[in-house]
Amino acid sequence: MSFFYNKLIGGKEGLTGLILLALLILVVFPLTLDLFRLNLVGKYLTYAFPAVSLVLLWGYGGILSLGQGVFFGLGGYGMAMFLKLEASSPENTAIQSTPGIPDFMDWNQLTELPWFWEPFNSFAFTILAILIIPAAFAYIIGAAMFKRRVGGVYFAIITQVIAVILTILIVGQQGYTGGINGITDLRTLNGWDMTSDSAKYIFYFINCALLLCIVLLSRFILTSKFGSLLLAIRDKEDRVRFSGYDVSNFKIFIYCFAALISAIGGAMFTLQVGFMSPSFVGIVPSIEMVIFAAIGGRMSLIGAIYGTLLVNFGKTAFSETFPELWLFLMGGLFISVVMLFPNGLAGLWNDYKHHLTNRFAFITKRFKSQKTLTRPTNAESESLS
Amino acid sequence: MLGGYTYGELGSILAMQGFAGFSLFSVLLLMALGLAIIFGQMGVINMAHGEFMAAGAYTTYLIATLTEQYFPAFMPYYFVFAIVVAFFVAGALGYLAEFALIRHLYKRPLDTLLATWGLSLIMQQSYRSIFGAREVSPTLPEWLLGSYQPTDTIDIPLNGMFVLVLTAVVTFAVFYLMFKSRWGLRVRATTQNRVMSGAVGINTNKVDRYTFALGCGIAGIAGAAFTTIASTGPTTGTLYIVDTFMVVVFGGAASLFGTIASAFSIAQAQSILEFFISGSMAKVYTLVTLVLILMFKPEGLFASKVRR
Repeated sequence: MSFFYNKLIGGKEGLTGLILLALLILVVFPLTLDLFRLNLVGKYLTYAFPAVSLVLLWGYGGILSLGQGVFFGLGGYGMAMFLKLEASSPENTAIQSTPGIPDFMDWNQLTELPWFWEPFNSFAFTILAILIIPAAFAYIIGAAMFKRRVGGVYFAIITQVIAVILTILIVGQQGYTGGINGITDLRTLNGWDMTSDSAKYIFYFINCALLLCIVLLSRFILTSKFGSLLLAIRDKEDRVRFSGYDVSNFKIFIYCFAALISAIGGAMFTLQVGFMSPSFVGIVPSIEMVIFAAIGGRMSLIGAIYGTLLVNFGKTAFSETFPELWLFLMGGLFISVVMLFPNGLAGLWNDYKHHLTNRFAFITKRFKSQKTLTRPTNAESESLS
Repeated sequence: MLGGYTYGELGSILAMQGFAGFSLFSVLLLMALGLAIIFGQMGVINMAHGEFMAAGAYTTYLIATLTEQYFPAFMPYYFVFAIVVAFFVAGALGYLAEFALIRHLYKRPLDTLLATWGLSLIMQQSYRSIFGAREVSPTLPEWLLGSYQPTDTIDIPLNGMFVLVLTAVVTFAVFYLMFKSRWGLRVRATTQNRVMSGAVGINTNKVDRYTFALGCGIAGIAGAAFTTIASTGPTTGTLYIVDTFMVVVFGGAASLFGTIASAFSIAQAQSILEFFISGSMAKVYTLVTLVLILMFKPEGLFASKVRR
């Protein structure tokens, strides 16, 4: 039991952090926010999946991927394809020249469903595809890169190029992918109305539960021997290699795992927001995911979630009132998080917590010393009486 | 056969498409030269490189507008003047950026990437606030307009030829600076062994600052040249940044010659493909091919033979 307590939860400190987070997203938000805002928070929390994956990959592994949007997008598009096929049943699309195919295909003069859309008629296949395709894609990229010892800056640039390629492909192939508008008008999941209030609550809680599970799983990975090796690879890769470990396999594994997490986030995004578009795939969203992790603290799983929430709240608040200022602020965040507080909010919290506990300790000490001062007098008075 | 074209027409298409490739090549090379110095020689990932280019383009636009309004007689000559000013404006901005930001981050290359991305966001928004969100383009001097027609079917735009010549001049200047001048010697010494260079009396901080400024200045020239081909908007820089990085990485980061070769092959491949398939797919095929080649040959086309 204590094994799981230490490994999975991360001891007493990890437990408090986790309980606080769970309280916030499972109790405080649903009770205080109206459904529209809660749905918005749910959307932000799906961005927390790639942010958590970047903590594993970048904070612990030292591998900066600027293409987590690719995996987020693959997961999101997988789910969107299934929902779109369900939405475009022959009865719903009777007015099209070819009923039974998604509307954007009809607009682009396609007369039958492309072969790679066919399997997405099955829900089981879709779930498997969301879990397997991004991880398999990550494996191919990772194996090609890490086996040849491409790392650091080069890896970042290549992943960025992959994000660009996928965006151009999705935008360019309108007939197959819905183009720049993405896949829209998703209403039902296996006949169940996704836009109803109850569905929104259910998706929100599923999303939170998945996120918490992934935090637990990630912590389990990080506290295991693999986690220590990952840190060792980040700090002195050659030394780990010379100790007889196959460094590339460890990197490939963590890259695949990060891809899987991001893909789950993408699928939950589609379910909650009701559409998927290339604007969540390209360079800009991918780099924004890095900033979520960086603001939260690149070494803190829970910090990444708070970072995501905070940056997105800021973005919504600012772009509603001062859209001009937002990019300045975002740019300032990038620069200051690198120059001033490289460990993010979690780092600030750790520094500040130290002060807090010191002050707290000081107060208790003074309190105790007063007690010890008064106690003898009591004793004296007792003995006197 | 031949899709209904005669051999003569095909030849003309090849020549014109080839020249379009040359235009793309010169823009890519001009941008990549600055980046090859900053990224290849100094190892700094400057994501704001495109915005320094935009700084050059906006400088040209400003000078064009001012000349048009106050010194109309100067119009035919302003462009040469604008190129020089664009170089110094972008260079000065680069000097400032190095001083304020980058010199603190030499030991953390991945963090430089994030910081310069932040810088690029700020610069983009500044352009939007100052010049507006609409794309602008300067009034070009007469001698840059029109085209050269060696035969009836071939039509080669003059602005493309001008950019090509400019690129050649800048490339030779960079080669001379890097490999023949005392200053280039200092730069190369600093990149090879910073501590040792410091020990023999080279002021490495100063070398870094001027190298970065030079790279940004060349981006400024690229921006000035860019105005003859396309209009400038606040996000112009971002459109080209990934391509430019690919050029430098594909060429082999530390090799200037590799940068030229890779800019040439990427530009030609893309513009010839563009004739047969849509522009977006041409770009996809080119980039996928590049990524695949880099997977098998991660050090790029011309790797410097340095033992690490």
